[in-house]
Amino acid sequence: MKHLLIAAALLVSFAAGAQQKSAADGIAEYRKMLEDGNPAELFEAKGEGLWKQKRGPKNASLELCDLGQGPGKVKGAFVALPRYFADTNKVQDLESRLVTCMELLQGLNGAEIANTPFGRGEQNNVTALATWVAAESRGLKFNLPQGHAEEKRSYELGKRVFYYRAGTHDFSCASCHGEDGKRIRMQDLPNLTKNPGDGIGFAAWPAYRVSNGQMWSMQLRLNDCYRQMRFPYPGFGSEPTIAVSTYMGVNAKGAASIAPAIKR
Amino acid sequence: MADPMRIRAQVAGDKATVRVLMAHEMETGQRKDAAGKTIPAWHIQDVTAQHNGKTVMTAQWGPAVSKNPFLQFNVKGAKVGDKITVSWVDNKGEKRSDEATVS
Repeated sequence: MKHLLIAAALLVSFAAGAQQKSAADGIAEYRKMLEDGNPAELFEAKGEGLWKQKRGPKNASLELCDLGQGPGKVKGAFVALPRYFADTNKVQDLESRLVTCMELLQGLNGAEIANTPFGRGEQNNVTALATWVAAESRGLKFNLPQGHAEEKRSYELGKRVFYYRAGTHDFSCASCHGEDGKRIRMQDLPNLTKNPGDGIGFAAWPAYRVSNGQMWSMQLRLNDCYRQMRFPYPGFGSEPTIAVSTYMGVNAKGAASIAPAIKR
Repeated sequence: MADPMRIRAQVAGDKATVRVLMAHEMETGQRKDAAGKTIPAWHIQDVTAQHNGKTVMTAQWGPAVSKNPFLQFNVKGAKVGDKITVSWVDNKGEKRSDEATVS
């Protein structure tokens, strides 16, 4: 009888232990299980193909595209973007830079691509290219240049955008991402005012979202954050979106990239 | 033409673990578009896996399988250098076949 009681007590303590697994642990476990078959790989492959394929009115590939490391150099480019580009005299993030290359090298209409909604036409190609370029820097640590005056200005502007409260809910990025331990429903939110750690926040996008089966780039990630905050949609590749990326990217200095990641 | 599959096949003991990622919309036929019209069903129906030309697995899939599906299975007796071929046919009759070498 005594043995039975001990066994019963043990069972109870085991059950309690199992319940202590938090929702966040559950999500982490789920993500781990999905990692092996991350469909982002499909977009990576598509992006690599697009990079090498001769397309557009000029029938050219993107192999001479300068992403900041010199023409055609892809490895390491992702972890040093956004950065200043002399030819456009602008700080550009990965996607806006890709659009510039598509315009300059291939003769495609950059403004038209920027106005195309996410998930349609050439925007799909931009996302796939961004996925591949990001994947080429997997495991590398973020180290955005801040030497140029425009890069510093972009960071300061991004900081202001990050803390700018507006909309019907009087939200800013900082409302959710300004301190540790915040969450939306079950989803833990990274604190983006500092380095949130390897593969978290800026170091995780582009990412494949299992719940809607879509590949999301950083521009779309930001766009949806603004939707959730009930802001008007920011323009694709607009200065404030790039500035916020600069702010997050500089803050994430030293964080290893796991992009393209897989998200719930 | 559908986008290519990603196939990885690795020897683990006396078998090979094959991991396949397929690029497919996998529309269920239950969803409606922005205009309220039903989006017609469009999904993979038949999947076949071959080991050096011999069929080792067939599967029938339906609308419950996710978009961009991931498939993993083991092939007994597969060795380094063997060929694994995976093919699918969807309900529109579209086909895709890709090959990988066991490593």
